[in-house]
Amino acid sequence: MQSLDHALQPGFADKVLSAQATFRTVMEAMARPGQVMQVEDGVGRPPSMMAGVAAIALTLFDQETPIWLDAPLSGAPDIGAWLKFHTGAPIVADPALASFALVAAPEQLPDLRSFALGSADYPDRSTTLVLQVASLSVGPMCQLRGPGIDGTVSLCASIAPADLFARLSINEALFPRGIDVILVDGRSLVAIPRTTRLAAAGG
Amino acid sequence: MDGNMSGNTLQERRQGAMQVLSHAPAADIALRMAELPLPPYQQLRAPENGLVMVRGRIGGDGAPFNLGEATVSRAAIRLHSGEVGFGYVLGRDGEKARLIALCDALIQSPDHASAIEAKVVAPLRAEMRAARDQAAAQAAATRVDFYTMVRGEG
Repeated sequence: MQSLDHALQPGFADKVLSAQATFRTVMEAMARPGQVMQVEDGVGRPPSMMAGVAAIALTLFDQETPIWLDAPLSGAPDIGAWLKFHTGAPIVADPALASFALVAAPEQLPDLRSFALGSADYPDRSTTLVLQVASLSVGPMCQLRGPGIDGTVSLCASIAPADLFARLSINEALFPRGIDVILVDGRSLVAIPRTTRLAAAGG
Repeated sequence: MDGNMSGNTLQERRQGAMQVLSHAPAADIALRMAELPLPPYQQLRAPENGLVMVRGRIGGDGAPFNLGEATVSRAAIRLHSGEVGFGYVLGRDGEKARLIALCDALIQSPDHASAIEAKVVAPLRAEMRAARDQAAAQAAATRVDFYTMVRGEG
């Protein structure tokens, strides 16, 4: 079974419908920051990659989206091969060149300014961070506000790094440039787009 | 197309099999595959159709240009023992791409390579060679030698 663990894994069983459903879910999550969404089950993936991350990768990555992997993911031999086979996305060493960054150990997340922040003319050319976090259902509660949120929304989550929202405050000064984040736990995902602010922490 | 017997290296064996399988009708491949016991396998990439840009060069060495798009079907299969096979064929016959991918994976497996070569690839190669020889013989029967025409005189 050792060889199977490192062997190439399949992707979506039904490529078109699953990618459409995942796209819809991610779009909905970006429109409703702080709300936990579920991607459908049954996506083939390397063992160390969460189902939600695999679904996002199969849906959004292609030859024109450079990918940056953090140390645990780039060290795993099967991740790069799987991404290359199913998405064709180039893997880059410089986070400033990446359209997406996949992070399996978010507690070691590098400084956000090392990622692409977009330009004033093309603010969309920034890196979208996809973080694998411990839990999106239990953990410290925080209140979020911003476009797409009626008042505030509560998010209970065990997120690393602990100061993620403090770090994301660079988005306030950068706007319209900035970093968008998707937090993933298994099949669940929460989007924190660049316009979302921390209203209150604790609880 | 060359149609030589299988070479020694794995790459040559795979290339030799592809030369035969890519030209064989899907039904013929399926018929011969049905006689073989197949190991468990998994579809890494279900058969799918797409377009590839065919590029050409004027005169063979000119600047490359885009000739046009061609329809291609592809599939990828992994045996549970780990071998990964790929199938790419012109046209929209996804089932043929799947069968070729399966053959390609089996050829790489030490347990199945000889059976695939003997039961699938070799008979198809013989059929194809016979058809080609027949066409060549029919063409040869109508050959005319213009031995009376001498160039450069007059």
